[in-house]
Amino acid sequence: MATVAETPKSSFRLGMLIYDTRYRSITIQVIVLFLVFLFVSWLVDNTIQNLAAKDKDINFNFLWNRAGYDIDQQLIPYTNDSTHGRAAVIGLLNTLVVAFFGCILATIIGVFAGVLRLSNNWLVARIMTVYVEVFRNIPLLLWIILTFTIFSETQPEPKDFKVTQEMVNQGISPPAHKIFFDTVAITNRGSNIPLPLLERPLGGFEVAGVPVNFSVLATLLVIFGSVMINRTLLRQAKTTQEETGIRPVTWWKSLAILFLPTIALLVAMGLHFEVPAFAVGENGVSKGFNFVGGLNVAHSFTALLIALSLYTGAYIAEAVRGGILAISRGQTEAAYALGLRPGRTMRLVILPQALRVIIPPLISQYLNLTKNTTLGIAISYLDLKGTLGGITLNQTGRELECMLLMMLTYLILSLIISTVMNAFNSSMKLKER
Amino acid sequence: MTQPSAAFARTEMIAPKEPPVSERGAVKWLRENLFSGPLNSILTVLGLLALFLLVKAALPWLLNGVWHAGSLRECREIVAANAGPDAHGACWAMVRERWHQFIFGFYPQDMYWRPVLAFALMIAGLAPILYFGQRRANMLIVGIVGILSFLVILALGPMADAVPGSADHISTNKIGVVIFAGLLLGGLFFIAATRPEKLVWLSVLYPAIGFFLLWGGSVWAPIGTLAGFAILAAVWSVMQKRLGVVVAAGVGLIVAAIWWLVVQTLVTTQVHALLPLGLEQVDSDKFGGFLLAFVIGVAAIAASLPIGILLALGRRSDMPLVKMLSVGFIEFIRGVPLITMLFTASLLLQYFLPPQTNFDLILRVIILVTLFASAYIAEVIRGGLAALPRGQYEAADALGLDYWQAQQLIIMPQALKISIPGIVSSFIGLFKDTTLVALVGLADPLQGITKIVRADINWKGIYWEPFILVGAIFFIVCFSMSRYSMYLERKLKRDHR
Repeated sequence: MATVAETPKSSFRLGMLIYDTRYRSITIQVIVLFLVFLFVSWLVDNTIQNLAAKDKDINFNFLWNRAGYDIDQQLIPYTNDSTHGRAAVIGLLNTLVVAFFGCILATIIGVFAGVLRLSNNWLVARIMTVYVEVFRNIPLLLWIILTFTIFSETQPEPKDFKVTQEMVNQGISPPAHKIFFDTVAITNRGSNIPLPLLERPLGGFEVAGVPVNFSVLATLLVIFGSVMINRTLLRQAKTTQEETGIRPVTWWKSLAILFLPTIALLVAMGLHFEVPAFAVGENGVSKGFNFVGGLNVAHSFTALLIALSLYTGAYIAEAVRGGILAISRGQTEAAYALGLRPGRTMRLVILPQALRVIIPPLISQYLNLTKNTTLGIAISYLDLKGTLGGITLNQTGRELECMLLMMLTYLILSLIISTVMNAFNSSMKLKER
Repeated sequence: MTQPSAAFARTEMIAPKEPPVSERGAVKWLRENLFSGPLNSILTVLGLLALFLLVKAALPWLLNGVWHAGSLRECREIVAANAGPDAHGACWAMVRERWHQFIFGFYPQDMYWRPVLAFALMIAGLAPILYFGQRRANMLIVGIVGILSFLVILALGPMADAVPGSADHISTNKIGVVIFAGLLLGGLFFIAATRPEKLVWLSVLYPAIGFFLLWGGSVWAPIGTLAGFAILAAVWSVMQKRLGVVVAAGVGLIVAAIWWLVVQTLVTTQVHALLPLGLEQVDSDKFGGFLLAFVIGVAAIAASLPIGILLALGRRSDMPLVKMLSVGFIEFIRGVPLITMLFTASLLLQYFLPPQTNFDLILRVIILVTLFASAYIAEVIRGGLAALPRGQYEAADALGLDYWQAQQLIIMPQALKISIPGIVSSFIGLFKDTTLVALVGLADPLQGITKIVRADINWKGIYWEPFILVGAIFFIVCFSMSRYSMYLERKLKRDHR
């Protein structure tokens, strides 16, 4: 008779919490949880004690108090009578606008520099290598301050643009003059650029203090519509090509669809540009102390934008170069064997494949650029760090609340960017079956 | 059959003709590399134009540079006298007069040998880590750095003319310092030449040595702190067999914490009273310039390595709670800008710590920068862990190793090796980011020191020279580090997939 094996007793001993791998992880997690709770409650207790000692509380009501400071660059209306909360929103918008244009510019610079660094042209490849290495190995803060100093120290004063009576008499022109066909004036106080204006605007309304402009909305709608129609056209062309083997000529249709409606709308609304200029008195003598009209862009914005895009562009160039080098040489040779020219090989064969390698580092560069906009406070660019984390914090003395709000905002911003870019990344991925 | 008689037969070969002009020499190179097509020609011309404009703008300014002058105005007068009234010229006299502030901040001049020696020992301590087990490389590094820093200390001697005779038990004897440094560096070279593996002890002890050299004070304070770590290690190695790695580490940490918080001060003050050894104390607010950048960068990276390893392991852990906490911490830190961390250090840390705790800003900044760096290091090490083939983990399991044995013997040595280039580039990034500490009021080389120099009436209005000086030093340090990490990447490539 076979003896029945004794079934192991499922008695539980305390030692099993440490020695039995089935329970050990639970033990460890409970201990970790306990320690974390202990640590957090220690922090909270300290904070409460410290706040009590300073007679403070945690209170976000200051966001609805009068801010009392001015912000140069405002995308939605703001005066120093507005609230701290609105100042924070202005700051956030300023952060976003630099980050948005910075990402676009940096991508353009980066792709060009990355491709040119691999060019056959000895000189251009060397120049691009020097550009990338110099920008990557010197702190961003230095580039920001340097660019700002170049603008504010080497550019002429507004009065150098003035035409005086003597100049008219002697027939000479003022020491400084505007660039880009006499439309843009860069002074040491700021850049004056033409301002687009509409003669017959469509009006608008306000939602919770944020103006909604119908003219802009209409233009965006028309552009969006044209792009969609153009896509339909291209899809039809592709179907025709697949059926008959002949691709219909579409480029002029595309151009017309993309541009004509927008131009027509803008002309209908009476678009014209207001060029910055001095008020002109009799026989061409300038009056006043500064440019009238046009749009004044502060140097802190321009310098931050340029420095950020050049710096990030160098990193993106490395990512692009790495992506191109990751594509096997056989692809290039196959494209050449098919008779494609080098430019088309790059555009049609290499870059689409390299894109998949490039996107992940590109995401982290976009995130870095967005976070680096905070360095604008070194040149007093009033972004979220400058308003909420700077002046508001100093005026109200609410460090905890301001820092908390600011960190949360940046965190959400980072999460949004990485979510969007990750979605883009997975849509670009090779669909393997 | 008779041989057909040829009317003419060549008996020797004609010498080959030279290729046409366009296919040889400089012309060929130019055609191939600069003018191979219309697009390339345009690019070349544009590149040349850009270079020309740059040189035209910068060269006269550089050539007219003045090295000997007392003020910016004097500089401009000399330039005007040499090169005409409209000429511009660099005023390097500022660099000549103020370079030591850019390097050392306000560190007392007669004690410059201390940061120099600390820097030399840091390189010597890094050598065994960076060039593991290569005797020649170790010897070379220790030797070169030793000789250079010895010469620097020797050369800095004359700056120590104004020795304040305040320190009673502390020797500020110049000759003594030079001999001490020489003996120390010579001894290190001897060790590197004979037993390079022993040099690792320098790396282990370096945090205490570096702290003692830079901040000074009683020698027993850093020794007491080290003793705490020794107690931790002893307790751990005794209990590890019986209690397992984690519990033993926990117990060791508790014992060490008791030593650090309760016993250490009592013991060290007693010992110091018996045997007063030490260096003159230097306060944190004297730190500035590249000294500050290195202190923050090196301390943060060194301290963030162990934290980063733990976080990376936590992120790959099977325990959901540990994983969640690690992911939350890493993603939070990586989602906020460094500046907010720095402002947390300067504004908020005082709220989170027990009332009346007050320690200096540099230490607070180092703590927060360490937390910041550890999240990035964790991601680098996670990359290294992910790059290891699964077979390595499975082989460790098959050998019957437990988790920590597998980590210690199989996983970490390989994963860390793969991650070294990433760690170096994290360090480069962090080192560049140390310029941000100016925004919380520390004297970093870029803004803090430059502002102080410009505040001097003699150097008011000097802009480009400080930028160039600071930029050049940053470039040299970061560029050589990035080249080193590229070299490592090539060397460590094992191509295991």
